[in-house]
Amino acid sequence: MQQTRSIEMGTGLFVLLGMAALFFLTTQTTGSNSLSGSDTFEVTARFDNVGSLKNRAPVRMSGVTIGRVTSVRFDPDTLVAEVKLEIESQYDRIPEDSDAGILTSGLLGSQYIGLQAGGSDLSLQEGSEIEFTQSAIVIENLISKYLFKQDSGSDEK
Amino acid sequence: MLRELYFSFVDFLRTFGALQLFFLRLLANSPAILVRRFGLVVQQVYNAGALSLVIIMICGFFVGGVLGLQGYANLAKFNAEDSVGTFAAFSLLKELGPVITALLFSGRAGTALASEIGLMKATEQLSAMEMMAVDPLRRILVPRFLGGVISMPLLTAIFSVIGLFGAHLVAVDLLGVDPGAFWQQMRSSLEIGDVWEGIIKSMVFGVVASLLAVWEGYNAIPTAEGVGRATTRTVVITAIAVLILDFMITAIAI
Repeated sequence: MQQTRSIEMGTGLFVLLGMAALFFLTTQTTGSNSLSGSDTFEVTARFDNVGSLKNRAPVRMSGVTIGRVTSVRFDPDTLVAEVKLEIESQYDRIPEDSDAGILTSGLLGSQYIGLQAGGSDLSLQEGSEIEFTQSAIVIENLISKYLFKQDSGSDEK
Repeated sequence: MLRELYFSFVDFLRTFGALQLFFLRLLANSPAILVRRFGLVVQQVYNAGALSLVIIMICGFFVGGVLGLQGYANLAKFNAEDSVGTFAAFSLLKELGPVITALLFSGRAGTALASEIGLMKATEQLSAMEMMAVDPLRRILVPRFLGGVISMPLLTAIFSVIGLFGAHLVAVDLLGVDPGAFWQQMRSSLEIGDVWEGIIKSMVFGVVASLLAVWEGYNAIPTAEGVGRATTRTVVITAIAVLILDFMITAIAI
């Protein structure tokens, strides 16, 4: 009897420990599920070039994550990329004329969308579109621009 | 030569097919045992899981520690030692956790299962049960199989968490990586899907390792030598199966 009880206790302790470990892994090691619980609203933004922006990339304002990218697709009608963002409902007073840019965190980090507040009295809401956008910086374009500038510069001299 | 190859191939197919049927019989009997004889399953979770805790925790700690050391040494070359947490978490959660736990599990618990069942067979305890109209598959094999299946994901999770703390201890406390960067970089690059990949792997490995241990024990030649050989085969076949499956699951997930 004594032995059965200690076995049951050991098993219970083991299962509890395992559950705690699973819980830790699913909640503490990932940061992306912090949004899934709260209410969100969806806005769209069109970019000439999205670079390597991925689904679930963060949307940041002043460096704080306020939302996620939910879809990146090419719109065949307007011939530019259409990005859908979901933003937490608590941030419902972002000016409508805010500016969205695709930025990179760190030199080798992943890309995210940075919002820069505008001055309008109207706010972004479900279904609205961000008009002012700034494309991702593509290194090849930068290099070619730089080379081109140097060329033209030497011509003028 | 060709004839022998043909016969060994047919032999392999027969064994493989028999293993599948055996697996289906275990599965078919599992729900009834879980409901009616839960005590038997608890006993086996204790044997397979709780008694493996010590080896899992020690190994997890040192695997994590070595990831911290290696990660730091190599990432410091690119001034990226802040990513040590990401490196350790990816390695532990997706690959090393499930695979090493499965290998340790088959060495610690699988061999115990195989030799126990093999010895029961050699001393004709299984036949005696059949004489008393007790089905040894339900009374002996299914609880042991279920014990292993339940234990593996839990052991893997414990291994990974202890490993993370081992990596944290080495990288942050010994080598001076910033603790905020350690956790923050990990959280921003790991996604819930990565965690699930590891959990699904550990479930699959749990089924495979327990199935093979029970199968080898049940089919052991009932002699001292036969039981020894069954124990060895358990470890060897489980290791091969786990590594092949690991590759396949990773290929599917990516």
